[in-house]
Amino acid sequence: MRTLTELPPVTTAEQGLQQQPAPTQASGSSFSGASARHESAIKHVTGRAAYIDDLALPADALHLAVGLSAVAHGRITKLDLAAVRNAPGVVDVITVADVPGHTDIGPVFPGDPIMADGEVLYAGQVLFTVAASSHRAARQAVRQAVIEIDEMPASLDPVAAAQAEDFVRPTHQQLSGEWEQALTEATHIVEGDQFVGGQEHFYLEGQACVAHPTEDEGVMVHTSNQHPSETQKLVAEVLGIPFHAVTVETRRMGGGFGGKETQASPWACLAALVARRTGRSCRLRLARSEDMRVTGKRHPFHNHYRLGVDEAGVIQGSDITVIGDCGYSPDLSDAIVDRAMFHSDNAYSLGAARVVGHRARTNTASNTAFRGFGGPQGMMVIEAAMEDIARRVGEDPLTVRKRNFYRLDRNVTHYGQTVDQIALLHELVENLETSSEYWRRREEIRQFNANNPIIRKGLALTPVKFGISFTAQHLNQAGALLHVYTDGSVMINHGGTEMGQGLHTKICQVVARELGLDLERVRITATRTDKVPNTSPTAASSGADLNGQAARDAALKLKNRLFDFAAEHYHFDREAMRMEDGALVAGLGESEQRIVWGELVQTAYLSRISLSEKGFYATPLIHYDRATGNGRPFYYFAFGAAVAEVSVDTLSGEYQVDRVDILHDVGDSLNPAIDIGQVEGGFIQGMGWLTSEELRWNDKGQLISQGPATYKIPTYGDLPETFNVRLMEGHPNSMASIYRSKAVGEPPFMLGMSVWCALRDALASLSDYRQSVRLDTPATPERVMAAAKAAREAAGTAP
Amino acid sequence: MIEFHLNGRPQRVQADAHLSVLELLREQLLLTGTKEGCASGDCGACTVAIGEVTADGELRYHSANACIMPAHQLQGRHLVTVEGLADGEQLHPCQAAMVECHGSQCGFCTPGIVMSLFTLHEEQRLRPSPLTPERLEAALGGNLCRCTGYRPIRDAALAMNEMPGHQPRWLDNSSELAEQLAVNVGEDLKNEDDTTFHQPHTLDQLVTLRSRYPDARLVAGGTDLWLEQTQHLADFARVIDVTRVDELCHIQPGDDGEGRQGWWVGAAVTYANLEPLLEREYPTFAHLLHRLGSAQVRNRGTLGGNVANASPIGDTPPVLLALDARLRLTGPSGSREIAAADFFHAYKQTELAADECLEAIFIPARQFEGKAERQLKVWKLSKRREDDISAVLGAFSWRLDDGCLRDVRLAFGGMAGIPARAAGAEAALEGHAPNAEAFAAARKALAGDFSPMSDVRGSAEYRSHSAAALLERLRLLIASQSATTSHPASATTSEEVMLHAYAH
Repeated sequence: MRTLTELPPVTTAEQGLQQQPAPTQASGSSFSGASARHESAIKHVTGRAAYIDDLALPADALHLAVGLSAVAHGRITKLDLAAVRNAPGVVDVITVADVPGHTDIGPVFPGDPIMADGEVLYAGQVLFTVAASSHRAARQAVRQAVIEIDEMPASLDPVAAAQAEDFVRPTHQQLSGEWEQALTEATHIVEGDQFVGGQEHFYLEGQACVAHPTEDEGVMVHTSNQHPSETQKLVAEVLGIPFHAVTVETRRMGGGFGGKETQASPWACLAALVARRTGRSCRLRLARSEDMRVTGKRHPFHNHYRLGVDEAGVIQGSDITVIGDCGYSPDLSDAIVDRAMFHSDNAYSLGAARVVGHRARTNTASNTAFRGFGGPQGMMVIEAAMEDIARRVGEDPLTVRKRNFYRLDRNVTHYGQTVDQIALLHELVENLETSSEYWRRREEIRQFNANNPIIRKGLALTPVKFGISFTAQHLNQAGALLHVYTDGSVMINHGGTEMGQGLHTKICQVVARELGLDLERVRITATRTDKVPNTSPTAASSGADLNGQAARDAALKLKNRLFDFAAEHYHFDREAMRMEDGALVAGLGESEQRIVWGELVQTAYLSRISLSEKGFYATPLIHYDRATGNGRPFYYFAFGAAVAEVSVDTLSGEYQVDRVDILHDVGDSLNPAIDIGQVEGGFIQGMGWLTSEELRWNDKGQLISQGPATYKIPTYGDLPETFNVRLMEGHPNSMASIYRSKAVGEPPFMLGMSVWCALRDALASLSDYRQSVRLDTPATPERVMAAAKAAREAAGTAP
Repeated sequence: MIEFHLNGRPQRVQADAHLSVLELLREQLLLTGTKEGCASGDCGACTVAIGEVTADGELRYHSANACIMPAHQLQGRHLVTVEGLADGEQLHPCQAAMVECHGSQCGFCTPGIVMSLFTLHEEQRLRPSPLTPERLEAALGGNLCRCTGYRPIRDAALAMNEMPGHQPRWLDNSSELAEQLAVNVGEDLKNEDDTTFHQPHTLDQLVTLRSRYPDARLVAGGTDLWLEQTQHLADFARVIDVTRVDELCHIQPGDDGEGRQGWWVGAAVTYANLEPLLEREYPTFAHLLHRLGSAQVRNRGTLGGNVANASPIGDTPPVLLALDARLRLTGPSGSREIAAADFFHAYKQTELAADECLEAIFIPARQFEGKAERQLKVWKLSKRREDDISAVLGAFSWRLDDGCLRDVRLAFGGMAGIPARAAGAEAALEGHAPNAEAFAAARKALAGDFSPMSDVRGSAEYRSHSAAALLERLRLLIASQSATTSHPASATTSEEVMLHAYAH
């Protein structure tokens, strides 16, 4: 007969199970809002956290490598793989002809062949796949292929593609008010073109997956992946089997940033194919240079803006066109260019406006999600314009920004959504303005610049207003699965994936808080499609918002069931019942009664009460009508602001970031330490995007910045020596989000714009702040040097 | 057979000549804590600590990128990986500090960061000194993190020495371990015919092996060569390791046979071991080492490798040209000494004969023959300040004699197929006062000296303009220096003409 486990004495149990050497603030408070450490922190620092390439495989497992096109556009005339098949260690070689099911694995719209099918659409496209006894043997065999491609003209210029109306998706437009009239009547017209570069995700763990063949016709896939449900769907479709034959598991990613939302699936499909064909486990991981060539990146954008402003520099009318360089296929580009359009206002009213977004097709890798999802590229339009307006009207850029902020009489966006929490935006910026001593430093910098011909300093405060929700309405849903075991330990699963952002930690905190338990009681394991089905990607900063609500829903349901049980079984008063400090508590004061958690759970079990529950959540209120370009696509906005100070060597174009102050809005934080980590990491990543991270292709459309030797993400020395980062306090979310917190994954990324604006500010000093100079991104020393030269020439001053 | 210690325990493994330490760990020994992020020595995710017995018998640790370190170079060393620090749940202080400071997010770079912190912790334990921003950057600049933005990692570095924590047991038995390692170092030349990875201990042995196996690849730090293995999948049939050759590992004071005093730097002297000399003699050159590569690279890369590799950019060759350095090449028929300028023939082609090795590099002292002190400036332009390859590197040397520029040497990297001097620009300055006219002429002449190319690091136009801008900086600097001498109160300082984080 099965007996229940003996519960440990209450005091020990509630003190927590682990004796850690270090943590002070990290140990087990059950409150969400506490700075619990990352659930895998100890595993990270000891090397025990397993990533895909660390998983032990059966001895006969196969290792896969992919053969890539060197040509950007053409027709395959010869694909002779005989020497590949005969290479040492090779077991299987497949092409698109070997795919039993779907060959198009486009995530939302068709257009992504699993392997090239006759036509090659970009340099780096997968032509064939090799399975061999080792990773190295597979990669070496790939080189034996004899490939002939009849080259065709490649589209490599998105502006030309837009002019030729060569789009992956139709153009979209948002209109508000009499924009043409507003431009005609404006005192000043400020106009400009802008190139905003793309960005390689550079997740430290490259794309990787393992597929095991399972009983029946199925596969079990382990993958470094932000969207396991979509991978499950695509693997099933490629194999031509039902979804329930495919299980996808993601324990953790070594970084995602959007790069594993759609771009992780192809590898899982290929590994699953070979696993089914050979009956052997397969691992596919991309070497760094392959990963960089094959996978899509942040979209480069070409933006044009024409703004009509009044004498005070306040925008009356706007005409903005953004062209996203989508690469060869739609992927997620429709929503990404939409988000760029939604954010071309940032925190400012555009007045009467037309915003047009094109999705240009080029023969490059299909550009994809990346932290901010087009939003950053859209915001760059208006932040560039703010500097331009300031120079035109002769005011400080901060003054101009504040004048243009959404305010009570200008609080509707160009797509018809009313901006809530306007007071928060104003208060946040004023708070930061004071704490960063903006105006004192502005004066010092003006004096410094007046006395220094070569080294110039720049200062800029830029705000962020970022819309939270998937703009594809159906994705705003989440599920969770909660189990309580008879020793009182709790297991929570949900649809979100862990990529380092601390989502699992926050979800555990939510469950612990609802059940009144120490955090150590609640554990989370891998995200699996057989535990919580039909999930949305962990993207759009939505992970904690959606899955936290679903987990809370499950916990609330289970808690209520236990309350009902306790009311009946113990004859407690149901009304004031609560879970706290590891016990169910009923009554108040002297009549308070407590049942400790373990006892409660065991009694419930013996009384045949279910200790498992599922939760669900769908975001209310949101809608958007693409036909009219109008609606409320966002549940709420997250705000933030940053002040950056830079020193620029205007002779060489070298520069350094001297100081950064950030104040960021996360509502009531679920975990301040994790949120600060997101803010800081997002800022540095955003700064890298705009400064040192330069994607370069040659004139054949081949990516030549294909490794960390040539693609430079920020390193330790790029951390500003003075880096003051705070979370805004006292402003809970105005919407009923999880514990009134706010999403934090993406919004801080755009704080990096302050560095770019500070560089432009330093360059403007060369014309005594009378002119603004174009500075495309990334603002490498090369671009800064050229801009400094242009600024001096425009101002008529010798170097 | 490679005999070494791994996390305090002796190991014996068989390995192909081309195997890297990372492949050995992950694929043969199934220790997967050490990660592959790039397999090119640029990201630091694979950072391990290498314990080496110093001349005075002390076991000291340095960080290295396992992905581009030949496994055979572990012979007689103590390899410490992230698995070797904690004892069950007892964390090493650097690990505890990372947990406490929320220093990991996705965790993939974390093992490498932990190992860089470990070597820093060891330095602090044995030779405590203030953790300045420069030291932290020197220790952590080779570890890319894409999640945190580095602030919590900085905090962990600053906090770890005060953290309660656990020392691994092998650290308490250092002297015993050092003795065991010393035994293994000597066992390299046995079964020479069976091996494909040779580790000669003397120059004679090296020369003999070089003659016998002209197709073998010479390796020192492996920081460039091993990329052929990881990126181009080359299987080296035979490798000769120069890092155990005694004559190649020392810096000897001496002269160049032409009356100049200075130092002969053995070709296998690492950047890290060269740094103290340069710090004294040419701080601008020492600063360059910090922008040339990360700690993991400086600990393994060598001056000789950088020269013999003959990259058109190679950060140190332009400096050697500016200093008029000399090279000693050694082969079966003896040694010969040539000017560094005569070494580079064309793109990746050098004066080195098939049976010759680069033995040493002569770096002249700043001052000799009673002449005015030689000045040196080295300025590197790159997209990122740390651990990046130059778009353009300018190395300028001159003397100021009675107000005129003498012995002007203007050398550039990134401007041609080889590191080269700008003859026209030099001529425009030689013997002239450092005034605006002379420098304008030099900039004009520079345009005729080079026709740079466009590549991933910069356009031809940028290279031409920025090289000229460096000459202008030189003029401003000399002007500020003479102003400092004549009117110290009203003088501009060098901080006003360049950013010191980039340029010294």
